[in-house]
Amino acid sequence: MSRILLSSVAAVAVLAGAHGAAAQTEIQFWHAMGGNLGETVNQLAAGFNASQKEYKVTAVYKGSYTETLTAAIAAFRAKQAPHIVQVFEVGTANMMAAKGAIYPIYQVMADAKEPFDPKAFIGPVYGYYSTTDGKLLSMPFNSSTPVLYWNKELLQKAGLDPNKPPTTWDELGEMSAKVIASGGKCGFTPQWQTWTMIENYGAWHDLPFATKSNGFGGTDIELKFNDQPRIKHIQRLAEWGKDKRFVYGGREGKSDSLFNGGECAFRVGSSGSAAGAEKALGADKVGIAMMPYDPSVRAKPQNSIIGGATLWVLQGKPKAEYVGVAKFMTYLSSTPVQAKWHQETGYVPITLAAAKATEESGFYKKNPGRDVAIHELTLNPPTDNSKGLRIGNFTQIRDIVDEELESVWSGKKDAKTALDEAVKRGNEQLRKFEAANK
Amino acid sequence: MEKRVTFNERWLPYLLVAPQMVITIVFFFWPSGQMLFQSVVTEDAFGGNTKFVWFDNFINLLKEPAYYDSVRVTLVFSFLVAAVGLALSLLLAVMADRIIRGASVYKMILVWPYAVAPAVAGVLWGFLFNPSVGTVSWMLKAIGIDFNYVTNGNQALILIVIAAVWNQVSYNFLFFLAGLQSIPKSLIEAAAIDGAGPGRRFWDIAFPLLSPTGFFLLVVNVIYAFFGTFGVVASLTQGGPGQATNILVYKVWNDGFRGQDLGGSSAQSVILMIVVILLTVVQFRFIERRVHY
Repeated sequence: MSRILLSSVAAVAVLAGAHGAAAQTEIQFWHAMGGNLGETVNQLAAGFNASQKEYKVTAVYKGSYTETLTAAIAAFRAKQAPHIVQVFEVGTANMMAAKGAIYPIYQVMADAKEPFDPKAFIGPVYGYYSTTDGKLLSMPFNSSTPVLYWNKELLQKAGLDPNKPPTTWDELGEMSAKVIASGGKCGFTPQWQTWTMIENYGAWHDLPFATKSNGFGGTDIELKFNDQPRIKHIQRLAEWGKDKRFVYGGREGKSDSLFNGGECAFRVGSSGSAAGAEKALGADKVGIAMMPYDPSVRAKPQNSIIGGATLWVLQGKPKAEYVGVAKFMTYLSSTPVQAKWHQETGYVPITLAAAKATEESGFYKKNPGRDVAIHELTLNPPTDNSKGLRIGNFTQIRDIVDEELESVWSGKKDAKTALDEAVKRGNEQLRKFEAANK
Repeated sequence: MEKRVTFNERWLPYLLVAPQMVITIVFFFWPSGQMLFQSVVTEDAFGGNTKFVWFDNFINLLKEPAYYDSVRVTLVFSFLVAAVGLALSLLLAVMADRIIRGASVYKMILVWPYAVAPAVAGVLWGFLFNPSVGTVSWMLKAIGIDFNYVTNGNQALILIVIAAVWNQVSYNFLFFLAGLQSIPKSLIEAAAIDGAGPGRRFWDIAFPLLSPTGFFLLVVNVIYAFFGTFGVVASLTQGGPGQATNILVYKVWNDGFRGQDLGGSSAQSVILMIVVILLTVVQFRFIERRVHY
């Protein structure tokens, strides 16, 4: 009897010991930030772990955005999901639709009684990821917006003022013509063409991408981006393509080699690409300015919309662990962390306070152009057309637009036919999404 | 009399086939069953909100013009990969068969590409033909050809055919070479004595005797072109430009894993599975009969 008692006491002691060692609750955080960005993410997690004792965030790099999302979905189906997963902005509508799987941020924060102030965030960043009545669904993490990059050396060679970027598309065309005339190989190339040339061209000129406030008002929406200004814009680029004023470098970030290799004088690309371009060409050779616009479409530009990714919280963990998740979210949006993230990566800070702190530190004086992205996002209060996009099956729709644009660049279709076709095919995707999420 | 192996123990045969059965069930029947199930339901990405929709996924798919484009591209691509791959490797095998000195060096060099994974092969050829920094495209430019697979669909298709064929040629080469070397020398010599030239000897003796090898390789190459070339497309063109290289197996992956449309993707897989079953049956039933063994 006493032996049994003794051994059970020992067993309890062992269990208690084990429990004591594991008193720190582990929080799994899956992300898609490789290379330098991944190291910064690890530093953020380490910073949080050092700041308190109760929770331990384990940041795991899972590959590209798509791979990370696929891994999280597979894990969720196997009931092994992480607490937090990083999802790119085009996945927003599909994540929202997965009602049983996600735990909206506003609810996470409220349930954990963690203080949370929506007004602290930069408008277009917050708006992109919140419901129509202003409730935040996922925590903005890395947000960027398209900006104009130019190569000062090539402008100088063409006899242009290397410190005066074009402000309108017509100016950009004229300057590109001079660059080509001076022996240049390429005038302009876009990065992430659908995001920069269709989505952001629309927001910048206050044109709708889709009905019902770009999809924020429901799933029964129609795409609208085959309007006259965008047909004209795409047709103009195709014309420029004939004499290399415009060169297409491939989907997503594939055109980077064209600009970073010194071939193209201009690029509209993600503000997150600033560090890469400066590394490749030399910081004094790269200029960053606001995107050009068309005064004939709108007298002044509206504001740009974001790209990038957010952190979604997944359901299915013990309730107490979500308190740690909420604390980690608070830590991530705190001013010093956001300022560090912004300065090291080129992504925009998600809070106004972090932008202000960065300005006060003199960072923008030392790194001119790094504040352009924030200016663009906060240029005007966002309208229904420039708040963001909430489009179902958006990944496929982006692929469709990419395909149709490529058929314009290769001369197979004119801009109107291609954009009409893109809208038609995209609407079929929207109907599928609507039917699946009734 | 029929030869029969008998087991004394009743359970022994079952035990012996069990490992194979487990592998087949876990890695073939179970995923296939999942695929059949997914193809008749719609659900959100995380597996919630599952709805049975009969054949809606198939109907949607067959209404989609992009799907027919993909079918057309796949047929052209598979034909080119199989035809060019077989012709080229047969030529190389015949050449290598004639070499007397240093034959093993040639063989080793020709077999090398097979050790390269398709995705890596795609990246390598992508470098060579990169429109702005590629060596080959630079040379092509010098002779007046503007090679840009990023915008030109036909050139993109040519490029993935080259990469896919290059990757598979070694495999074909090995089989053709073995086939050639197993042809009895006496037949060739007899023909030579009768006055047949090298061309005649090849077409009338070697070629017919190679037909079993050729048939086997045809099946393997078509299946390779259908399924094994995913890595080349994924690393080189991602189905673009437009849909010029969007072969069926890439589309299945792209719709399912990038687009999270598991229903549509599964419907495509089911069709692909039926096509491959039919293809194999046709090949074995009709073509095999005419093959000279």
